[in-house]
Amino acid sequence: MMRASTELKNYQYEQYDFRLRLAVLGLGVLLGFSLLAARFYYLQVYQYDYYQTLAESNRISVVPITPNRGLISDKNGVVLAHNFFVYTLEITPAKVKNLEVTIADLSKLVEVSSLDLKRFKKLKAQSHEFESVPLRTHLNEVEAARFAVNRYRFPGVELKSRLFRHYPQGKLGAHMVGYIGRINDKDLANLEKANVLSNYKGSDHIGKSGIEQSYEAQLHGITGFQQVEIDADGKAVRVLSSTAPISGNNLNLSVDSKLQEIAETAFGDRRGAMVAIQPATGEVLAYVSMPTFDPNLFVDGIDVDNWKMLNESLDKPLINRPLRGVYPPGSTFKPFAALAGLETGKRLPPYSISDAGYFTLPNSRHRYRDWKPGGHGQVDMRRAIAISCDTFFYGLAMELGIERLTDFVRHFGFGQKSGIDIEGEMQGLLPTPEWKKRRFKQPWYMGETVIVGIGQGYTLVTPMQLAQATAILANKGQAIRPRIVSAIVDAKTGVAKPTPKVLVDKVQLNDKNLEIVKLGMLDVTLPGGTAASVGANAGYAIAAKTGTAQVIGIKQNEKYNEKNIDERHRDHALFIAYAPADDPKIALAVIVENGGHGGSAAGPIARKVMDYYLLGKSPQPELTPISAEVATGEEPAQAEPASQQTQEEAYHD
Amino acid sequence: MISQFLQNMFKHIDSFLLACLLFALLVGLLVLYSAAGQSFARVNAQLVNILVAFTVLWLVSNISPQHLERIAVPLYVLGILLLVGVALFGEISHGARRWLNLGVTKIQPSEIMRIAVPMMLAWYFAKREAKPRTVDFIIAAVLLLLPVALIAKQPDLGTSLLVASSGFYVIFLAGLSWKFLLGGAVALGAMAPVFWSMLHDYQRRRIEILIDPTQDPLGAGYHTIQATIALGSGGSTGKGWLNGTQSQLDFLPERTTDFIFAVFGEEFGLVGCLLLLVLFTLIIGRGLVIAVQAKSTFSRLLAGSITLNFFTYAFVNIGMVSGILPVVGVPLPLISYGGTSMLSLLLGFGVLMSIQTHKKLVASG
Repeated sequence: MMRASTELKNYQYEQYDFRLRLAVLGLGVLLGFSLLAARFYYLQVYQYDYYQTLAESNRISVVPITPNRGLISDKNGVVLAHNFFVYTLEITPAKVKNLEVTIADLSKLVEVSSLDLKRFKKLKAQSHEFESVPLRTHLNEVEAARFAVNRYRFPGVELKSRLFRHYPQGKLGAHMVGYIGRINDKDLANLEKANVLSNYKGSDHIGKSGIEQSYEAQLHGITGFQQVEIDADGKAVRVLSSTAPISGNNLNLSVDSKLQEIAETAFGDRRGAMVAIQPATGEVLAYVSMPTFDPNLFVDGIDVDNWKMLNESLDKPLINRPLRGVYPPGSTFKPFAALAGLETGKRLPPYSISDAGYFTLPNSRHRYRDWKPGGHGQVDMRRAIAISCDTFFYGLAMELGIERLTDFVRHFGFGQKSGIDIEGEMQGLLPTPEWKKRRFKQPWYMGETVIVGIGQGYTLVTPMQLAQATAILANKGQAIRPRIVSAIVDAKTGVAKPTPKVLVDKVQLNDKNLEIVKLGMLDVTLPGGTAASVGANAGYAIAAKTGTAQVIGIKQNEKYNEKNIDERHRDHALFIAYAPADDPKIALAVIVENGGHGGSAAGPIARKVMDYYLLGKSPQPELTPISAEVATGEEPAQAEPASQQTQEEAYHD
Repeated sequence: MISQFLQNMFKHIDSFLLACLLFALLVGLLVLYSAAGQSFARVNAQLVNILVAFTVLWLVSNISPQHLERIAVPLYVLGILLLVGVALFGEISHGARRWLNLGVTKIQPSEIMRIAVPMMLAWYFAKREAKPRTVDFIIAAVLLLLPVALIAKQPDLGTSLLVASSGFYVIFLAGLSWKFLLGGAVALGAMAPVFWSMLHDYQRRRIEILIDPTQDPLGAGYHTIQATIALGSGGSTGKGWLNGTQSQLDFLPERTTDFIFAVFGEEFGLVGCLLLLVLFTLIIGRGLVIAVQAKSTFSRLLAGSITLNFFTYAFVNIGMVSGILPVVGVPLPLISYGGTSMLSLLLGFGVLMSIQTHKKLVASG
C-alpha cells in the first residue's frame, strides 16, 4: 500500500513535472514563433520599401542598344567609312584571376600576336579594371568557334560580336574623314559637358578627328534602350520594354575620291597639302594632307609600334596640314595685295615702275632685293603678277601701309578661320602693329610692312585659308563658308538634306581691277610667266600664282643654293589657281613642303587635279611631271656683286 | 466491407494531425512548383518522396509504442555503427563525409539518429523506475554526445545541433534539475570560446556573416542578403504565387531546399508567413497534446521530443532564411524539397500517431 502510494505519488509528480516542463517548452515555441513573426513584420512591413527597391533594382536592368554609326560617302557614293560585324575577344581584367596565364591559354586557341598584346596592354592601362578590353579583333569563324567551345575555361573573357568601323579607302583622305577611337576620360568629360553622356551608354567609340569628330552628333545616332529583367548572373531573361536605337545619319561629301586619289598620287612621297574648292558653292572637292596614314589602325586602339612610327616620323603624317599646317604665303599673297593697290587707286593703270632689282625705304640704305638680280625693267601691275616682281609689291605695301593692306586682304579670309566643317582649324596670322605690340611688346617697323607685300614676314596661312582666298577671288569677292559635307542623309527617312550654303562676306570689287589681276594670273601660266609649263596645252585658261616660302633665314652674305641645303630646310613650294579663268569651276591651293619652286613642284599637282576635274582626264602614269624645264622665270640669281649683299635681305621667289 | 477495411487501415492515423500535415504538404508543393521555375519535375519527385514517407508513416503508426521501445536500443547501436562507418569509409561530397555507400544505395546515417537518439534516451529514462538521479543524466548525456560528436565531425553542424536538441528535449522532459540546467547554460556560455575554436573556418565564417552579411555580399553573405530581399519585398500580402521576382529570376540560391521559405515569404507576404506559423503551431500543439495524453514514460518523452524538434527545425530554418540565425543546412519541415528529410520527418509523425492511437487500444483492451 505504502509502496503503491509512493509509486502513484511518483507517477502523479512525474506527470505534473512533465506537463510543467512541456508548458515551459510550449511557451518557448510561442516565444520563438513570436520572434519570427516580429522579424517578418520588420522585413515585410517596416522595411518593405527598402527591400522592394532592392528587389526592383535586382531585377530590372536597362541595357543600352548602340545605334549604327552613319556612313560617310563621297560625291559619287563611294563609301569612305562604314561598319561591319566582327568577332572580338575581350577581357575584363577585374574578372580574371591571373591575366598572364589566361592570355597564355587563350593564345593556344586563337593567335595573339605581339602587336595585339602591346595594344592590349596599352588599352588596359588606359581603362578601368572592370571595362572589357579587346585582346584580339577580327577573329575568323574557326577561331570564334574554337573559343566558344572552350569558353567555360575563361571566366572574364568574352567573345563579342561588334559593329566595327572600317575605312575601305584606307589612307585616302584620312585627315579629312578622320577616325574614331575608344572613348577616353577626356571624351567622357566633354560628353558630360555637352549633356549627351547618356546617349553614349552603350558606345565604346567616338569620332576623334576629321569629319568623324566634327560630325559626331550626326553620325552617332540615338542610343536605344531595353528594359530587361535579369537574373542573378546578369543574363537577360525577358524584355520588358524596348526603345529602338536610331542609326546615325549618313554623310555625303562634296569630295570626289577619284580626284582625291589623283591629287594624293601626284604628291608622291612629298609632304604637303592641297585643298580644292568649288568657288560658286564653297564645296570642298579635294582635301589632301601628305603623307597620310591608315585610319583603320586607330579604330580599336593603335598598337605601340605603329603609333611610334606615325608619331615620331619626321614627315609628321598625323598633322592635318590643310587646317593645321601654317606657312608663309610667299608670292601667292601678291594677287590679293595687288587688288588692294588697285581698289585703293594707288596702282591703277597705267602706273608702272622701273625695277632695278631692289627696293629701298626713304632715308635708308637697306635694300629689299627682288628675286631677279638686276630687276625686271619696266613693270606694271599685270606684269608684276605674271613675273612675280618683288620690287613692285614692296613699294605697294609701303605706300598702302600695313593697316590698309591687312584690312583689305582680311576680306579674303587671311588671319581668320575659314569656318570649314572640320574641327581644329588654325587661324593663321595677318600681322598688324597692335598684334606685334601684344605679342612682342615692340613697335611696328616700316620694313616689316614692306615684306608683308610679298607674303613674307610674320604672315602665316593654312592651305585651307589660301584655297578659300583663291575661291573668293574667283568668286569676285563673295566669300562662301567652305564645307566638305554636302548633304546629311536622315537615317530614318532616307532624305538627303543639303548642307546650307552660307555667304559670309562680300567685298565690293571693281570689275576692271579684278580683270587686271585675272590677266596677270593668266599670264603666270602662259609663256613668260612663272608657271608657264603648268598652263601648257591645258585646253582651258588657268589663273594662277606661284609662291615660295622660306624655311630658314638666309644670311646677308649667303646665297640660297638648293643643293647645299638639307632637304628639310629647302623652301616650301606654293601654288594657287582657279580655272577656267572666265567661269571658275575649281579654285585650289597647293603647298609642297621643301618642294622648292612653286611653279615646278606645286604647279603640276594642281594641273593634274584641274585636268581631271575639268576634263575628266586621268594622268598618264608613265608621263612623269614636267619639271626641270619649267621654272623659266624663277631661276635663282647667279652670283651677285659682293658689295650689294651686306645690308640686304633676300626673298627668293 | 470496404468501409470496414478503410477503418482498419486508418485506425492508427490521427486525423487532425493528418489534416494539418496534408495542408502543409500541399502548400509545400505549390511553393516548390514556383521555386522550381514552374516545372513539374521537382514537384513529381517530391510527390514520390511524400508517398514513400507516408507509407513509412502508416507503417510506423501501426507499430505499438511498446514495440518501438524494444527496437530503440538496436536502432541506436546500428546508427552509431553506421556513423563510425561513415567516419572511416564514408564518401566525401562538398567537402563533408556524410554518406555511406552500401552498394545498393547510399544512406546518410545521421538522419537515422534524428529518431534513434530520442528513442534511445526515452527508452533509458523509461527503464528508471524511480525519479532519475544525477548519474542517469550523465549517462544520458554520454549517449547523446557520442552521435552528436560523430555527426559534427563529418562535418554537419546543422544535423548535429538538431540531434543534440532532440536529445536535450528528452533529458529536459525527463526531469533534469533546474539548477543543473542553469549551471549547464552558464557552463555552455563559458565554453563558447572553446567551441568557437573547434569550429571549421567555414562554420565560423557563417556566424560572422550572420552578424554582418554585407561583409561578403557575393559570397557567403549572398544567401542571406538575397533571402531577406525576397522576404522584405514580399510585403504584407506578397507578390502572388509564381510572381516572386527574386525566386523566379534565379537570385535566390537553394530555393527549392533550404531557402524555400524565402520564396514562400516573397510570394505570400506577411499574411502567408503568419498563417504558416499558425499551421506549424497547430501541428506542434497537437503533438504536445499527444505527449500530455501519452500513457507511458517512453511515449511521453518521445512524443515531446519529436514535437519540439519539429519546432526546432522550423525555427532554425526560418530564422536562418530571415537572417536572425546563421546559415546551417537545415530544411524547412514539410515544405522543402528532399526525400531523406521528408522520410525522417513523417516517420516521426508516424511515431506520434502510434503513441496517440495505441494508447486508446491499450486503455480499452
